[in-house]
Amino acid sequence: MLERFARWETALVALLVLVAVVGQIRTGGAFLDGGNLFYLGLDIGEVALIALPLTLVVVSGEIDLSVASVLGLSSAVIGELWDAGWTLEAILPTVIVLGAVCGAVNGLLVTRLGLPSLAVTIGTLALYRGLALVVLGDRAVADFPSSFTDFGTTPVPGTWLPWPILLCAVLAVAFAVILHSSSFGRSVYAIGSNEEGARFSGIRVKRVKLTLFVLTGAMSALAGIVYTFRFSSARADNGVGLELAVVAAVLLGGVSIFGGRGTLGGVLAGVLLLGGLRNVLILDDVSTEILTVVTGLLLLVSVLAPALTARVRTSSTGRRSP
Amino acid sequence: MTPRPAVTTLVLLLSGAVALAGCSGTSKNSAQSNAPAAGSTGAADPNAKIKEGLKITFLPKAVNNPYFTVAQKGSDEAASAIKAELKATGPSEASASSQVTYINTAAQQKQNALVLSANDANAVAPALKTARSQGVKVVTFDSDAAPDARDVFVNQATTQEIATIQVKMIADATGGQGEIAILSATPNATNQNAWIEIMKTELAKPANAGLKLVETAYGNDDDQTSFQKTQGLLQAHPNLKGIISPTTVGVAAAARYLSSSEYKGKVALTGLGTPNQMRDYVKDGTVKSFALWDPSKLGYLAVYAAGALASGQITGAEGEKFKAGDLGDYTLGAKGELVLGPPTEFTASNIDQFNF
Repeated sequence: MLERFARWETALVALLVLVAVVGQIRTGGAFLDGGNLFYLGLDIGEVALIALPLTLVVVSGEIDLSVASVLGLSSAVIGELWDAGWTLEAILPTVIVLGAVCGAVNGLLVTRLGLPSLAVTIGTLALYRGLALVVLGDRAVADFPSSFTDFGTTPVPGTWLPWPILLCAVLAVAFAVILHSSSFGRSVYAIGSNEEGARFSGIRVKRVKLTLFVLTGAMSALAGIVYTFRFSSARADNGVGLELAVVAAVLLGGVSIFGGRGTLGGVLAGVLLLGGLRNVLILDDVSTEILTVVTGLLLLVSVLAPALTARVRTSSTGRRSP
Repeated sequence: MTPRPAVTTLVLLLSGAVALAGCSGTSKNSAQSNAPAAGSTGAADPNAKIKEGLKITFLPKAVNNPYFTVAQKGSDEAASAIKAELKATGPSEASASSQVTYINTAAQQKQNALVLSANDANAVAPALKTARSQGVKVVTFDSDAAPDARDVFVNQATTQEIATIQVKMIADATGGQGEIAILSATPNATNQNAWIEIMKTELAKPANAGLKLVETAYGNDDDQTSFQKTQGLLQAHPNLKGIISPTTVGVAAAARYLSSSEYKGKVALTGLGTPNQMRDYVKDGTVKSFALWDPSKLGYLAVYAAGALASGQITGAEGEKFKAGDLGDYTLGAKGELVLGPPTEFTASNIDQFNF
């Protein structure tokens, strides 16, 4: 029983409820209002989309810090191709493929050359952002038709649900199936817990990792599409710094930075918690300085707390066993 | 152990999501500009009283930026004059999209008006349009948003005024004779290039026949580069009599170089600068005068415009008039644009009245 309570995911859900209740009281009912939930959904859309594949990457013991730069590059390419007269129906798949290629470059450098993913993706973080600036410079392309930008600015008719969140929900189910009930998912955990062991038990470690990086690149490009339409603005500096928000959400969600542990549900709760807290604080007119401090503290908690709960768990099981 | 089926499913889903987006081709050429018409509905009632207790949000490009802190001071003054409740908020970094959350929040808090300086004209537009459809009046100042996304834009000064005052100041400082140079920001800076074009037209006039523009240098709005470019200008043109630097970074760097060089007092310097950056150089005689608009007046006028909009005195249409407290009467120009007035000229005699 204690074990159940000591699970980090349980703590996250409790924190979410707490934020919702306190937020609802502090803002006089404005927090759980449909309009506000719509805005909250919009704000966390891109982070949630990228957090899905990144969870798998981190569980496998790797990291990808280039995600926000891939988002920016895809946004810049959308703008440039649109200016060149391409149709959006042709641009969007192209951009997804481009994102997959960016991911493949990360993946190949990590798996074939055996470089640490932290170093590789810090490099490509700069590289992809630089390419985005080469493509679009400091221009902004903004004349997208509203039939497309509505995707990022209007709710699903008759609800308060933003389209990007609907998309995210569908993909979350797909990722949950892959991670938690497929042999591929089990091999991801195996690699994260013990890479040598995984290799000796016949898992094609390099191939699995490469697949994860490709998926992350493609999803980051998809987030770039959502971002571009949400602000109806294609710019090379779109999403600068977003990688920190995504990594924060993944870690807060209870995924171990050392790999092998974490659930997709926890990560989605982490995304919601960070987004919800930020939303409540802004709605309650808390100053930006405090907002930054609170986000920073939450990040520390996100690294400390799972470690602490894990310790509580081991000590409780330790008591039970003779 | 084959990872393929699961991953194939996911890739299919991804492309499916994209295919959902549309079926027929949508390109730049086929797309119609289907932006909704500006929402200035209803007629203005010039005799309407400014309502008391209006709730106004003040949203700068980023908080803790000294320029906007001064603008906020002016808007606070205006707010207390019209008995409005002004709330200042904003992002910590001035990126294109960082203001959107705060715009949404203002709509959610059912504010009567939003006064903002847009980080990116287009990125804030969808959120502003939504806010307006929920009854929030939108006034931009300093940096405009897309015109169909706001009601009124308070411009600091016209391009013409900013350019002519700088030519006038350099003519005063050099006695209207000799070679001059321009130290600008980046070669493709929109504002600076527009000003420089008009400066050239002004210099071509007979009244300025004694002044000869010999070079336009670019300090890239970087302190160190601007400093070196100033040095370069003086070495390349031994007869140089004056420098115009239409950027706050450039003029401060040039002043720092001149004040510690043999050219101090011999080569005139003017441009656009802030009083706090330039105070020492005005007092030690390096710079006789420079100009800038007063951001606090900008904030003041913006809040008055917001009050007039929210009270129905104006709707944003050309030709509408309203009174902006101490600043007097204003008339809206084309596309809902207001101009604060000519830039303020700062000299040794008035610089201590300004702190920004």
